[in-house]
Amino acid sequence: MPAALLAPTRRALLFGSAAVFTWAYLPRVARAERRDPRFLAIVLRGGLDGLAVVAPVGDPDWRKLRGDKALVLDGQNPALPLDDFFALNPAMPNLYRLYRAGQALVVHAVATPYRERSHFDGQDVLESGLAGPGATDTGWLNRALSALTPGGSAGAGGRQALAIGPITPLVMRGPAPVLSWMPPRLPPVSDDTAMRLLDLYRHTDPAFAGVLEERIGIAAIAHAGGMDARPADGSPAVQTGGIAQVRTYFAEAAGAAAKFLARPDGPRVGALAFDGWDTHVNEGAVKGRLADLLGALDGAIAAIETNMGEAWPDTVVALVTEFGRTAHINGNDGTDHGTATAALFAGGALRGGRVVADWPGLKDADLHDKRDLKPTIDLRSVLKGLLRDHLRVDERPSRGDGLPRQRRRPADRRSPCLTAV
Amino acid sequence: MARDARAAALALHRFGLGPRAGAIEAIVSDPRGALIDELDRPAAGLVAAGDLPSSGAANRAVFEFNAERNAKDKLARQRREAAQKFAENASQNTGMENEMAAPPEAPPAMAGQPEPVPLPRQIFLDEAKARFDTAIRAEIGFVERLVWFWSNHFCVNADATVMAGGYEREAIRPNVLGRFADMLQAADGHPAMLLYLNNALSIGPNSVAGINRDRGLNENLAREILELHTLGVRTVYTQADVTNFAKILTGWTIRETASDPDHGGEFVFLRRAHEPGPQTVVGREYPDTGVEQGRAVLADLARHPATARHIATKLARHFVADEPPPALVDRLASRFLETDGDLKEVARALISAPEAWAPEQAKIKRPAEWIVAVLRATGQSGDIQRILGGLNLLGEPLWRPPSPKGFPDDNAAWLDGLAQRLDIANTFAQRIADRLDPPAIAEATIGPLASAETRGAIDRAESKPQALTMLLMAPEFLRR
Repeated sequence: MPAALLAPTRRALLFGSAAVFTWAYLPRVARAERRDPRFLAIVLRGGLDGLAVVAPVGDPDWRKLRGDKALVLDGQNPALPLDDFFALNPAMPNLYRLYRAGQALVVHAVATPYRERSHFDGQDVLESGLAGPGATDTGWLNRALSALTPGGSAGAGGRQALAIGPITPLVMRGPAPVLSWMPPRLPPVSDDTAMRLLDLYRHTDPAFAGVLEERIGIAAIAHAGGMDARPADGSPAVQTGGIAQVRTYFAEAAGAAAKFLARPDGPRVGALAFDGWDTHVNEGAVKGRLADLLGALDGAIAAIETNMGEAWPDTVVALVTEFGRTAHINGNDGTDHGTATAALFAGGALRGGRVVADWPGLKDADLHDKRDLKPTIDLRSVLKGLLRDHLRVDERPSRGDGLPRQRRRPADRRSPCLTAV
Repeated sequence: MARDARAAALALHRFGLGPRAGAIEAIVSDPRGALIDELDRPAAGLVAAGDLPSSGAANRAVFEFNAERNAKDKLARQRREAAQKFAENASQNTGMENEMAAPPEAPPAMAGQPEPVPLPRQIFLDEAKARFDTAIRAEIGFVERLVWFWSNHFCVNADATVMAGGYEREAIRPNVLGRFADMLQAADGHPAMLLYLNNALSIGPNSVAGINRDRGLNENLAREILELHTLGVRTVYTQADVTNFAKILTGWTIRETASDPDHGGEFVFLRRAHEPGPQTVVGREYPDTGVEQGRAVLADLARHPATARHIATKLARHFVADEPPPALVDRLASRFLETDGDLKEVARALISAPEAWAPEQAKIKRPAEWIVAVLRATGQSGDIQRILGGLNLLGEPLWRPPSPKGFPDDNAAWLDGLAQRLDIANTFAQRIADRLDPPAIAEATIGPLASAETRGAIDRAESKPQALTMLLMAPEFLRR
């Protein structure tokens, strides 16, 4: 079938104007008789390139847009078809399996109301759930938890929030007490951080550049094609995150979160954050850095499914990011800060197996500011619907266009026993 | 005076311990004046000692602690042996394992109880905490930097003595803005130094103790005073000067702890171990006046031109550049001689010298300076265990220098630790950055110094932890 015909077909599948988009139109969260819902939010910091995760392979402009960086069905690493329009990055076989089983869902061309391009402010909007940055020091997930009606769907430990990692993400801060747990190993210095620092030193401090270059073996990688990343003299190499370490950290952190949430008396909502998605240089969506990171993320999803055990059918995991990236590839084989992106959902409580999108198209005229995928769905409406249908968060506090509002001053109520920070 | 934000930032990084929020603004109208003001504060250089024991008290307490522990260990060993014998006898008697064969008087189970911190370690931690609390709270930190400089110049080693912290408080701090001669007397007569450089055991061969016990001279302290503390290596002294000075210093030792519960571990001059007779050191003869003989040598060494040059060079190298401008060294050396080693005047001369304000941040912050700067920049009070762990990782373990020469003071020695600093910055940033505003911290700490590239790297970071890591690892923050 000619691709050109697919675009309108795709559009026809959608649910009308994005302006009136509500959760009611989304595939409903399965409703069992005796539910004990679990929810885990994973914040992907740095701005995930939604087009590189779930590619619009049916869009006639797609190949033109990304050229040999485009994820396609007939490429060297063929994308995994989700429907007749979208395909998943092949680095995520677990997510694909869940999608096929109706336990994963993609919402595309989605964004928060934030339209600037600062990471910090974008993350603030994403996690606070409000329309602008700096408005509150509480997160929507914590406030939602506080709004849960007593004796409602959440269990005994359900009014407690779980935060995994060295710091409680903003999304989980607020009046509800937070149980925090730190993985035994913190994520190592990422390749990205090391490269940025090296770039800075190359422009400002040759002595530091020389040492860092030697220690992280960048020169060796560059000159020998990645054969050996260790300094030849056997001096200690800095522990920059080989992808193996990143995989381990992602799986450990996510797996630990699942173990807490799976416990009958454990918390019912949790949050954690993974960094590294700011792919300005050598993005490597098909093969390379982003593919590696997505593989690690896929492993984290698998770890969650495994460790949730019998609670998996009651589980929804949301993977969200502050913004997407430019539609075009930039001058360094990467992408710059953009707007709309994809949000991924997984869990046994979803009626998934679908990509939900009001596809805006990829022609220059279709792009936001002529550069970014145009947002057609407000991420907050998706999350709000999720809170309502899955966690049964009372409608009242979330009235208006935002997620539940802060109702009282936050206090640090981390449980001392597990606060390892 | 005109506002000079650049000089204010340099004052804090180069001469202080790094800016805290608002610090640059606070001194922007007169950075040099602010540094000099810090020298003029009452009790400058002193530390809030609180319950910290004096060196002597620490020495005595640890002596008792070790004696008790040895006794306990011995008892436990005897019990184990008795239990073993009992079990062997029992199995011989019955011809099989006797289930009733419990060891007599088995020690109570200790499981679940946290191991108490041993006293020597606790004293070390308390001293370390007092030191770093003072540094983190200091307004600019110039005087603390001088304390650290002199403590490293007159270093002792905490592996050799429990008194390392007390030594710094008793010998270095009270004199850090006083006269060099007084610090020299206080440091080289301190029990910690006498232990570290083996003078406590040095006995004049012709002294009463030397004749009776057939023990002799130890040249270590005498040599290091000439080579490291005063004149400087390969200057005006000879091997004969070392030996003669060592003889003069015999008898400078420590009161026995076991027999003296009130003053054990303190300095004592033991005439019985002192080499009798006059001695010649660096061209001057010193009559045997007992302990005063050594004091007279130290007083002369303190005002020797070679000492002035040695100290001036080290100070300039520490604060300004590995190869310090000769004009600066000259200024400092002259001031040292003019003022008979008034260290406050020398510090003032350093601040007043135009060479000390070169715009280039030539020196890499030493590990302790960097760690404290990180804590001050981010408004953290710091956990002493983590601080000490970081220092170990970065090769500057507190009060444990590699040799009596102290920790090296040139960039080459610290450049290799860059990768470890990145690890520390990364871990630290992941713990705390989410609650901070890294670009604002950058503005408040390196704003007037920051290159466009550094600003860009911080602003473009993908997360707050990454932004904070970039700041803490920026050349403008790592250097001073």
